Amino acid sequence: MDNLSSLTGAQRDELMDQVKQQIAVANAQELLTKMTEKCFKKCVNKPGTSLDSSEQKCVAMCMDRYMDSWNLISKAYGLRIQRERGRMS
Amino acid sequence: MSDSFDSFTSGLDTKGAEKELQEFLMVEKQKAQFNAQIHEFNDICWDKCVDKPSNKLDSKTETCLSNCVDRFIDVSLLITNRFAQMLQKSGGM
Repeated sequence: MDNLSSLTGAQRDELMDQVKQQIAVANAQELLTKMTEKCFKKCVNKPGTSLDSSEQKCVAMCMDRYMDSWNLISKAYGLRIQRERGRMS
Repeated sequence: MSDSFDSFTSGLDTKGAEKELQEFLMVEKQKAQFNAQIHEFNDICWDKCVDKPSNKLDSKTETCLSNCVDRFIDVSLLITNRFAQMLQKSGGM
């Protein structure tokens, strides 16, 4: 590690942190985009002159349910991967 | 993406540190792919399973969501296998 000429240990750690952070930001952006699209579709049927309170309530609930769904699917997908791995070995 | 990762990591000097970085990037890449897949499943299965958003996901919706993931993977595997067979039969491979 000491004779690493191009990167010091600290620099490497910083690089790893940056990579992790950029991935987290990209993930959050993707979630935000999808959530906006899905909840607009579900909650705003006929766009009026403003978002009325029932639409706002719907959007808030929709966001929470979308996250619930995301977590549930994450679990289901993880389980499936485990099962497929078990079948291969 | 993997190409740029490879040339990026091979530009570093020491073998051990290079390997550690490479492993780190591989794990992060796998995690990112897993996440991307969940975004895709959630996109598809949300439309199939979720009606009007309410106070919580009811158990019927939850079952639908997890079934949706499994059946989508089943369809993907089935189509992949059948497509491979089609290619073989037509002498495409």
